[in-house]
Amino acid sequence: MTSLSTPIKGNAVSEAGPLVSRMPLSGGVAAALALAQREWVRFLRQRHRVFGAVGQPVLFWILFGAGLESTFRLPTAGEAALSYREYFFPGTVVLILLFTSIFATISIIEDRREGFLQSVLVAPAPRWAIAWGKISGAATLAVAQALLFLIPGMWGLGIPWHFTSFVAMLGLLLIISLALTALGFWLAWQMDSTQGFHAVMNVFLMPMWLLSGAFFPAGEGWLGIVIRMNPLTYGVSGMRHLLYWGDADAATWTRLLPSLGLSWLVTLAFAGAMMFLAVRATRKRISGDLL
Amino acid sequence: MAEASAVELSRVGHAYGSRQALTDITLTIPTSEIFVFVGPNGGGKSTLFRLLTTLIPPQQGQLTILGHDARQHAAEIRPLLGIVFQSPSLDKKLTVRENLQYHGAVHGMPRRIIRQRIPELLAAWDLSDRATDLVERLSGGLRRRVELAKALLPSPKMLLMDEPSTGLDPAIRRELWERLRAARDEAGLTVILTTHFMDEAERADRVAILDQGRLVALGSPEELRARIGGKVVSLASSDPERLAARIQERFGVAASIVTDSVRLELPREPGWTDSLLKEFPDAIDSLTLGKPTLEDVFIAETGHYFGPPGESENGGVGEVVGRA
Repeated sequence: MTSLSTPIKGNAVSEAGPLVSRMPLSGGVAAALALAQREWVRFLRQRHRVFGAVGQPVLFWILFGAGLESTFRLPTAGEAALSYREYFFPGTVVLILLFTSIFATISIIEDRREGFLQSVLVAPAPRWAIAWGKISGAATLAVAQALLFLIPGMWGLGIPWHFTSFVAMLGLLLIISLALTALGFWLAWQMDSTQGFHAVMNVFLMPMWLLSGAFFPAGEGWLGIVIRMNPLTYGVSGMRHLLYWGDADAATWTRLLPSLGLSWLVTLAFAGAMMFLAVRATRKRISGDLL
Repeated sequence: MAEASAVELSRVGHAYGSRQALTDITLTIPTSEIFVFVGPNGGGKSTLFRLLTTLIPPQQGQLTILGHDARQHAAEIRPLLGIVFQSPSLDKKLTVRENLQYHGAVHGMPRRIIRQRIPELLAAWDLSDRATDLVERLSGGLRRRVELAKALLPSPKMLLMDEPSTGLDPAIRRELWERLRAARDEAGLTVILTTHFMDEAERADRVAILDQGRLVALGSPEELRARIGGKVVSLASSDPERLAARIQERFGVAASIVTDSVRLELPREPGWTDSLLKEFPDAIDSLTLGKPTLEDVFIAETGHYFGPPGESENGGVGEVVGRA
């Protein structure tokens, strides 16, 4: 094994012809579906993973909900009574998506280390299929896990149920998940240790979530600016709009958020950009391919 | 459509940065041959393996695999290859059958063909009753078999294996070779493998010995052994360095030191060993006479000892005493 860990440096691969797969599109889709299915099969065999991805956010929700209940007040909507537990609810759902995405993409590093990935890398399947398989499998898993909290949570908080807005919300959650998984994939693809990924998670992914309006609303000043620049903010705001669709009371404060249209637009662009980065990363041959 | 040669290397070289890993390799591997690249760790085997799998393109020289240029047409080559990596590539959380299914899908095989091929391969590799077992519950030998069944699922024209015997006990190794020969005889498969076990290379149709990135010998095991000629003598001694020096001084033959014993090619008729024993009665603890092995070929060609894995870097390399 030692002799296999030599990294490729410099122009080692620059002479390569284009690595264009000759597989027809249908073959690429079938390969991606198989890899997505693998994510589900693996998950269902390790069901304890659900505690990591759902348990911790729910615990946060219960603890922060209780702890901040008495002091929390929406800065711009004094008349609308909104408990912190309810304010924090969509943020918790997004945190479940984030955790699932992180756990799923960490497995890329494990796939590399354990060897599964090497046989996929030399397979005739196009690289986009490898990326899409992992990302779509993980993103659908993330939405499924979020539902485990979303549905009882809505019922418990007494948030009214509208079929159309709920379906739209599922679509939005899926796109947020795709964005987060693709982001995780892009980061994990270039790493060869899970420790490195944990560092990125702590200094980048968690703050991204904290500063998305999930935890506290965007106020004035630099924090507000950062929150408005964060693409995840628009996923959270989109979710708030859809949760309170047609609710006149809630509109007094949801109208202060980015509009629903803008939320969709930014979330879609976020997902598109991350998918692009993820697929582009897989095209490059890196030293980690040779682990 | 059958190509006469499965692999053609012409002056192939590869460097990682400033370190030249492979230098000027020229050789041809005909189809349906079982071919072994053997050499110590760091000899260039892994780099060659990566080149053959199209994981990296060749930097220098020309590499043609199954009629396609490896630098420009890796995509055409890939569907024709079955690859078994040194580290296991099975997903331990999946069953044997699932591993094969996903592999087939990643290779663009139609579902119908996958469903048809899986039972065939499971039967051929005696895995039918383990199809629904999770791979993590299988023994090392069984996992190897699953790896091979997986690699052969898309009906490749060429099977590439990197150190397939590492971690397998001798009985399972022998079985692996029998199965490889059967697969070759049945489907005309070309089999290329790398190993650092010299005794394993003896089983191949032809062998290429690599050392420090260079091709030092090429031929069938018999041809290579014939270069050494007669017999090889191993002498156990408490002070092998001194004994080797004394033999060199007294008889003028080259003696090398292999794992604390003195090894030399027998230059004369077998009776010569008697004079050796007479000459150094106290220095020789035991004397073994044998046919030359590929290890002897390696020593003769490179001038240094072919160490067991891990020993080659820290003093395992013994200089051949008295070699011109």
